[in-house]
Amino acid sequence: METVVLLSKAVAVLGQFPVLAGADLTVQRGEIVLLQGPNGAGKTSLLRLCAGLLPLSRGEAVVLGCDLATDRDSVRKRVGMLGHANGLYTDLTVTENVRFWGATVGAKRGEVDAAMARMGVGDRLADVPVARLSAGQKRRTALACLVARRAELWLLDEPHSGLDAAGRDELDSTLREATRAGATIMVASHELERAGALATRLVEVIGGRIREQPIATPPSTETAGR
Amino acid sequence: MFRVARYIAAKDLRIELRSRVVVNQVLPFAAIVMVMFAFALNTDAIVSRVAPGLIWLATMFSLLILVQRSFAIESADGATDALKAAGVDPAGIFLGKAFALAVQLLVLEILLLMPAIVLYRARVQWDSVVLLVTTFLAATCGLALVGTLYGGLAAGVRGRETLLPLLLLPVVAPVLIGATRATEAAFHTGGAVVADGWSWLGLLAVFAALFGVGGTLAFGPLIED
Repeated sequence: METVVLLSKAVAVLGQFPVLAGADLTVQRGEIVLLQGPNGAGKTSLLRLCAGLLPLSRGEAVVLGCDLATDRDSVRKRVGMLGHANGLYTDLTVTENVRFWGATVGAKRGEVDAAMARMGVGDRLADVPVARLSAGQKRRTALACLVARRAELWLLDEPHSGLDAAGRDELDSTLREATRAGATIMVASHELERAGALATRLVEVIGGRIREQPIATPPSTETAGR
Repeated sequence: MFRVARYIAAKDLRIELRSRVVVNQVLPFAAIVMVMFAFALNTDAIVSRVAPGLIWLATMFSLLILVQRSFAIESADGATDALKAAGVDPAGIFLGKAFALAVQLLVLEILLLMPAIVLYRARVQWDSVVLLVTTFLAATCGLALVGTLYGGLAAGVRGRETLLPLLLLPVVAPVLIGATRATEAAFHTGGAVVADGWSWLGLLAVFAALFGVGGTLAFGPLIED
């Protein structure tokens, strides 16, 4: 198994406040890791650290083989982070948005089309301006952008928020599909029932530290196979 | 860097073509400002004397709206963070956004200049066309570069709508002065001749070059923080 994320006693500070206080975590390729914990526990900071957006103050952090202490820029090109916002341009169509984000890594038109088809936003939705999409369709478009960017590690912060039941089902099957295609996913979520069924591992973030948790309900074969 | 600049500029211009904010909102605003100036000054002799300054003041006010808009499209759905997270070259973002802003400003200036010549009774002769064109190009580059730099600076700050004019207007004062003097020379206002304008054009070119280089280097750390 290839190690995608390796944190050892990682410390990250925002202002004077240590948002991560000696975090240890190992994530292997193809895993879906659910981060749970109360508000302010450090889940988003952990995702931002792995995305190269938050500087490492102490300890060791290696993501996709890049040492975050010395080379945060390289990891950014290989990681896709999706927070509460989708990072889309609402005046542009779905195709234009996916093409734009694909262009950041030099993706060819064929790759962009494939990404859109994989996330179910090709054909009918391709020429629709993002402003006219539903919340679920916007989320899928944002995920298509991650695919077009060839993100190897997906860092998702509350990905189910704002989605209806159908949108959540679509998102879950999209994420499972992405891991089958070789992506690794870390999800921060408060919706344990939903995200727990999706995850292959559960870790708890409390006070900037990480604790491994057993998964209460493993994903059913039927759902996982969708 | 230039590849990034190209697709950032294409994206910004495509968004403008879709939303038509420049044509539907900024241009009418600038036109109203110019008409108001004419109403306020009332006397033809004064209006034609200060016409170059009024054109550039209307352009400055429009610049504020265009810069706000340029960064509002990035922050509306978290695209600024997404650009950072995607490791997109910040120098490319700066140059791309500045280019798109310059194109929009230039279109606005052309559309403003023609009615301004009529409204303010400005005299443009053939010998001053080169000075007028180069002045507008250099001043537009300077305004777009400094606007993008300060727009990026204000974008991540609370109260950015009110902060941007406070930050930007004092910095663009040299462009306002230089562009006004060079345009006066091109319009032959107050006995000025075309030869008077070239040194002011030099100032505009130096300003644009300084902010072009400075912005390219500083934009990364600026949006990172």
